[in-house]
Amino acid sequence: MKDLSELDKRIVRALQGDFPLVEEPYKVLAEQVGISEEEFLERVKALSEEKCIRKMGAVLRHREVGFSSNVLCAWEVPEGQLEQVALKMSANPAVSHCYDRTTAPGWPYNLYTMIHGHSRKECEQIADMLGKANGITNRMMLYSKKEWKKTSMKYFCES
Amino acid sequence: MTALSAFDKALLNVLQGNLPLCSHPFAALAEQLGTDEDTVLDRLRTLKREGYLRRIGTFFDSNRLGYRGTLVALQVSPEHMAPVAEAINLYPGATHNYEREGRYNLWFTLLSPDLEHEERVLDEIRALPGVDDMLNLKAKKKYKINVQFRLR
Repeated sequence: MKDLSELDKRIVRALQGDFPLVEEPYKVLAEQVGISEEEFLERVKALSEEKCIRKMGAVLRHREVGFSSNVLCAWEVPEGQLEQVALKMSANPAVSHCYDRTTAPGWPYNLYTMIHGHSRKECEQIADMLGKANGITNRMMLYSKKEWKKTSMKYFCES
Repeated sequence: MTALSAFDKALLNVLQGNLPLCSHPFAALAEQLGTDEDTVLDRLRTLKREGYLRRIGTFFDSNRLGYRGTLVALQVSPEHMAPVAEAINLYPGATHNYEREGRYNLWFTLLSPDLEHEERVLDEIRALPGVDDMLNLKAKKKYKINVQFRLR
């Protein structure tokens, strides 16, 4: 982690809203921050190089584009195999997120993958395949019943 | 909602990667796709209005910005589900909140600027009526965050 300057924090705040769909979007954002477009582009480039920015682009609504089913699958992976299994599961295009997490008493699952498919059946098949390919038998399929909230984070806005 | 054309799919596939970092990014995108800036902007506004696009923008690495993240699983009595879920939604750092099948029936992600902030929020949520158990599953390592759907 690095300490961001006040200017960088202002740039993050400007960038975390909706991106202006206009010919010169960075000019609009730079004006909000009160700097030139050139300086804005330079700082964004630096933030990307420092890996503070993961991606600039679009995220689709997966249901609308045909991926109607998804499941959070929690796996119990032997500690020594964790890295290798995580990398293998991450390589599957149906997996959008793959995190290693702490366990809890009565909860031995330490690897979490978000799996997307066109149906629940397809999600099950993908999970079966991932489990089999990695020799992992204990898993928990956490299907969602209701979305209560899904937003992107607003950074540097704590009061 | 109209069906996606071949052009829309090509546009969305390119845009799920990285938007060019230059003064006229949509013109640069248009050039890759063999069209012009106006056509790209026009289609994007339409696709956004019609709900295909969740968001066009910048996605940050929360850890690199100094935030810590965790996944929290709650066991909530069914009659208390709605008030508990709504109380969690009020925290800006709770970005995803889902009711799920299983013993732990409410799952949310929480981003916090520091440990003290995280502990305070979790204590408040643990004390809500109807919250019978809580698992705090801290992220140790992120192997992949890449929500991309290849459209054919």
